[in-house]
Amino acid sequence: MPQMTMLQAINDAMHVAMERDPDVVMLGEDIGKKGGVFGATDGLYDKFGALRVMDTPLSECGIIGTAVGMALYGLKPVPEIQFLDFIYPAFDQIVSEMAKMRYRSGGQFTCPMVVRSPSGGGIRGGHYHSQSSEAYFAHTPGLRVVMPSTPADAKGMLLASIFNEDPVIFLEPKALYRHGKQEVQEGWYTTSLDEARRVREGDDVTVVTWGAMVPIVEDAAGTAAENGVACDVIDLRSILPWDYDTVLDSVRKTGRLVVVQEAPRTCGFASEVAATVAEKAIDSLEAPIARVTGFDTPFPYALEHVYKPDKKRVLGAIEFTARWA
Amino acid sequence: MATGTEMHVVMEAKGKAKGRTPKGLGDDDLKALFRAMLFTRLFDQRGMNLQRQGRIGFFVPSMGQEASQIGTGYAMGNKDVLYPSYRTHSLALLKGVPLKVLYDQLWGNATDLVKGRQMPNHFAIPSINWVSISSPIGTQISQAAGAARAAQIRGDKDVAVWAWFGDGGTSSNDFHAGLNFAGVWKAPCIFMCENNHWAISVPEEMQTASVSFADKAVAYGMRGVRVDGNDVLAVYEAAREARDRAIKGEGPTLIETVTFRMGPHSSSDDPKRYQPPELFEAWQKRDPIDRYREWLEAKDLWSKDEEEALAAELQKEIATAVEAAESTPAPDVETVFDDVYAELPKMLIEQREALRAQIKASGAIEDGGGAFPL
Ligand SMILES: Cc1ncc(C[n+]2csc(CCOP(=O)(O)OP(=O)(O)O)c2C)c(N)n1
Repeated sequence: MPQMTMLQAINDAMHVAMERDPDVVMLGEDIGKKGGVFGATDGLYDKFGALRVMDTPLSECGIIGTAVGMALYGLKPVPEIQFLDFIYPAFDQIVSEMAKMRYRSGGQFTCPMVVRSPSGGGIRGGHYHSQSSEAYFAHTPGLRVVMPSTPADAKGMLLASIFNEDPVIFLEPKALYRHGKQEVQEGWYTTSLDEARRVREGDDVTVVTWGAMVPIVEDAAGTAAENGVACDVIDLRSILPWDYDTVLDSVRKTGRLVVVQEAPRTCGFASEVAATVAEKAIDSLEAPIARVTGFDTPFPYALEHVYKPDKKRVLGAIEFTARWA
Repeated sequence: MATGTEMHVVMEAKGKAKGRTPKGLGDDDLKALFRAMLFTRLFDQRGMNLQRQGRIGFFVPSMGQEASQIGTGYAMGNKDVLYPSYRTHSLALLKGVPLKVLYDQLWGNATDLVKGRQMPNHFAIPSINWVSISSPIGTQISQAAGAARAAQIRGDKDVAVWAWFGDGGTSSNDFHAGLNFAGVWKAPCIFMCENNHWAISVPEEMQTASVSFADKAVAYGMRGVRVDGNDVLAVYEAAREARDRAIKGEGPTLIETVTFRMGPHSSSDDPKRYQPPELFEAWQKRDPIDRYREWLEAKDLWSKDEEEALAAELQKEIATAVEAAESTPAPDVETVFDDVYAELPKMLIEQREALRAQIKASGAIEDGGGAFPL
């Protein structure tokens, strides 16, 4: 099996999807000749041409609005929003149109499409190239919101998203684009959007996370293990809908929960995880639930490293929770 | 003045002292225009070098667009308000903003006016009415219309509001909203579309099917003017006229300066992937600085010696400011919580305390680095 970075795996998934189905089309800013600002769409324009790989005018509203029209016509559009921070001009099309199409038409019209967008920090991009905005979309019934954390998951989840009946916000943790290589199966395969991934087994503390925080949590869990605390690490993969059964089973086993997200604290998805566990498994809890999150501030430029949860902050929370008696 | 699709030109494309001197410009003004253009070019070259040397994280050059920007900047009134883009630092240089202010921002250091909060080139300089820059394309356009309306409401007679954006910016929602509102209100607003032919890799013909960007003004009931953006005198004339009209209550103007981005989109872009080299070479021959120098020389207003002396003086100023900014420390860690609200709410006080406790327990937070790709 070839070794791929997440970026290569995403690129490969799009090649596979476009070869498999002529209805799959891409549109976005700089995705053609330039191949995307990160290179995610590299080679697609040369292979599939300007009609299926469209550089668009600079309008996210236009990109998503026209993609909705294409989806309603029967295509499978995969629009790219260059950075998640620039998605807001399209918020209306996403929240009012794409997400509600199935429900408002009594199931007669649907928008099977995938909005791809790089999310999160890690590139010194300041406020507007770094935010983790998954919670806005997770608050929108009708959307699927997913975020892979490994190359193999990225490819399998992207193919699953493109050939899924629901509209998907596919968030790509840009900090992991070139984080490392992994064996990725060639050709067609899909990865379930409904199941969380157990990253590490342990009986002492459950740690739930997603996206770019996964390797940071893995690292912290490794050190915790050396200190005698075994973590059960779960990568949610899909944020909406989410696999709470896996999380609840784990918490019933460990009695302790830490949730780690890069996004600001208040009303982040970690709050939803905490609330669900409190509702359904409070009897199992032996310690207060801990959240490790970004601060309730905009994403800073010079102090990015202070803002983002790092290994020390995660490890501190794991140890605090483990020690609680 | 050429409107719609015609092009307003003062200087002949090549050489000779063809073309009149615009009204209101004396010899000192003509030299000041050149100085600001040269200053901008040197600042750009230094900015790109600093980024390549890994001393600053990112940079957006304006090479090729000096005439388009300085020509407008020179037409502004003292009380005018600027809604600039990330590519218009020339305006700050023209207006005499101390260089240290600009370099502090490029470093995001402890004395940076925006406190290290934003990426390089995202200045906010209230001393010259320069409003804070945002990365999302186009957002300043509707804000400028609002500020111009506010000047009308207040009865401020000598204020015009200027918004700068690129050809790509004309596709944004805010372009439509801003021009539409300003048109309805006859607001004293000047919309400066710098058509540098590219929105990163997307060429102008994929941005619009209009015959020109200036032509879009028609639909908003305002004047649209198309100017040779590499002709600093033509740009000045057009901007001056637009301002006069705005102040007299004759409504907003959309100015399209036709120019060329002679460098990459930013320090992370490589135009070789999408730009035909012939196109670049053709525009290089129309370099706005070379063109204006020839014009000045033909009028006996400029010499090689003068330029050498000026360049040396500017380079020295730059070197001093670079050194000062680079040796200024990073912002204090706890400032990350400031300015989210007027006063720190309890949740942020608690988060600050938690950070303090963490640093006390496990030491300073490591800077993981990270490089901007775009
Ligand atoms: C809303 C939004 N979408 C995408 C981007 C990413 N982006 C940054 S600059 C740019 C191109 C801008 O082109 P133009 O408006 O012509 O101005 P120029 O950079 O050429 O000065 C793009 C697509 C952005 N900053 N904002």
